Amino acid sequence: MTVLAGTGLMGFRRENGAVGIRNHTVILPVDDLSNAAAEAVAKLVPGTLALPHAYGRLQFGADLDLTFATLAGNAANPNVASAVVIGIEPSWTERLVGDIAKTGKRVQGFAIERHGDLRTIEAAARVAARFLQDDSERVREPVERREIMLSIKCGESDTTSGLGSCPTTAEAVDRWVDAGGTVLFGETSELTGGEHLIAARCATEAVRQKFQGIYDSYMEMISRAGVDLLGSQPTQGNIRGGLSTIEEKAMGNIAKTGTHPVAGVLEAAEAPTGAGLYFMDTSSAAAECVTLMAAAGAVLHLFPTGQGNVIGHPVEPVVKLTANPLTAQTMTEHIDLDCSGLLRREYQLAEAGDRLMSICDRTINGRLTCAEAIGHREFALTRLYQSA
Amino acid sequence: MSPVPGFLAHRDGDAVAVAVRDLEPGPVQGGYLAGPDISLQLTEAVPLGHKLALADIAAGQDIIEYGQRVGIASKDIGQGEHVHVHNMRSARL
Repeated sequence: MTVLAGTGLMGFRRENGAVGIRNHTVILPVDDLSNAAAEAVAKLVPGTLALPHAYGRLQFGADLDLTFATLAGNAANPNVASAVVIGIEPSWTERLVGDIAKTGKRVQGFAIERHGDLRTIEAAARVAARFLQDDSERVREPVERREIMLSIKCGESDTTSGLGSCPTTAEAVDRWVDAGGTVLFGETSELTGGEHLIAARCATEAVRQKFQGIYDSYMEMISRAGVDLLGSQPTQGNIRGGLSTIEEKAMGNIAKTGTHPVAGVLEAAEAPTGAGLYFMDTSSAAAECVTLMAAAGAVLHLFPTGQGNVIGHPVEPVVKLTANPLTAQTMTEHIDLDCSGLLRREYQLAEAGDRLMSICDRTINGRLTCAEAIGHREFALTRLYQSA
Repeated sequence: MSPVPGFLAHRDGDAVAVAVRDLEPGPVQGGYLAGPDISLQLTEAVPLGHKLALADIAAGQDIIEYGQRVGIASKDIGQGEHVHVHNMRSARL
């Protein structure tokens, strides 16, 4: 047996070698019509995890491709041990099953047409129960930090985010990349005002051009839509917290990305191919962004917040931290790490980073996050345009 | 300085700093995140998380925070004043 470096980290190694920190048996509906059956299966087989969502019918082109990549990616995520897929009709169901099976993960699909909900639920529940029992015997084994894909995104930001929770997150991001790990950040819209700083950090000219292309097409989309971005950014919550402009918000956002170069740029839900810090083209809406990052294989998310975003995710545990003492005091059930001591200068950033790393490591080894404990499971698909 | 600062600034040269507790008008002690302390006379109340001017900023001048431009003064802002959407705007308008 190989003796590992002794990080003390324990995870689940999947068939394709990827490492997860949770061991879910998921029940994945292909479409909105199949939510009822998927949720019924999860109720009949407690311990499985249904992933209901609002879409999946009459989508086409790039929008359909993104929905498939997001659904397949979440079921293929290393935090998932096995998957039962339920769709209204067989062809899209089988397409999704095939995409998930590429990882070597155990997966079985069921179509409702010509069977009805009740027969489908019974058949799927029998398989789900067997999967769950088998998955319960999978055990954690020693893993290395670089094998655990991290993602980051902040929300309900205020000026304490830029002063405390985002720089604390940056400490973890830098240490993760130093350890040879992969970290994803996104939020195309919320880089506005600081996009030049990200462009300047791109590792190569090709990466920079890809980043700039994604940013420019986002700005074109905004201008085509004829909307005033500055009317929605910063948000009312941001303004209440003291953020005055979109540029100021961007500075706080960027503060969480640490100091490493941007190694690569990813489309939404696209899996990175190497180590380092990656930018992904995502919405800045919390649940959409985390869902896209989970689809790319991220297994642990760090979420700095100012005014107190309450997000959790069914597949990828979300660790929330705040430096806002009011938020830390009034929203304790949501906050995994209170780093408001930074603002009182009780400790320095490196120590706040140590505290966050400790929470990360405990979460990796199985401790439930606040959001997991109180059942926050926001799972949201990003739509590129309307269905046919 | 007192162990608990009233405000913190990101970088040397920033025109604004952030109140880290609710501040009343009058003398207040603050400092840089990892640097020297600053004494300032606040001319108005500044709530937790909101910005205050470390120096006079003329209307039209860039407002520097994080060592970067984060907006433009839409009015003359005096040292010790509350800085927010009423006297600064985005440069992206």
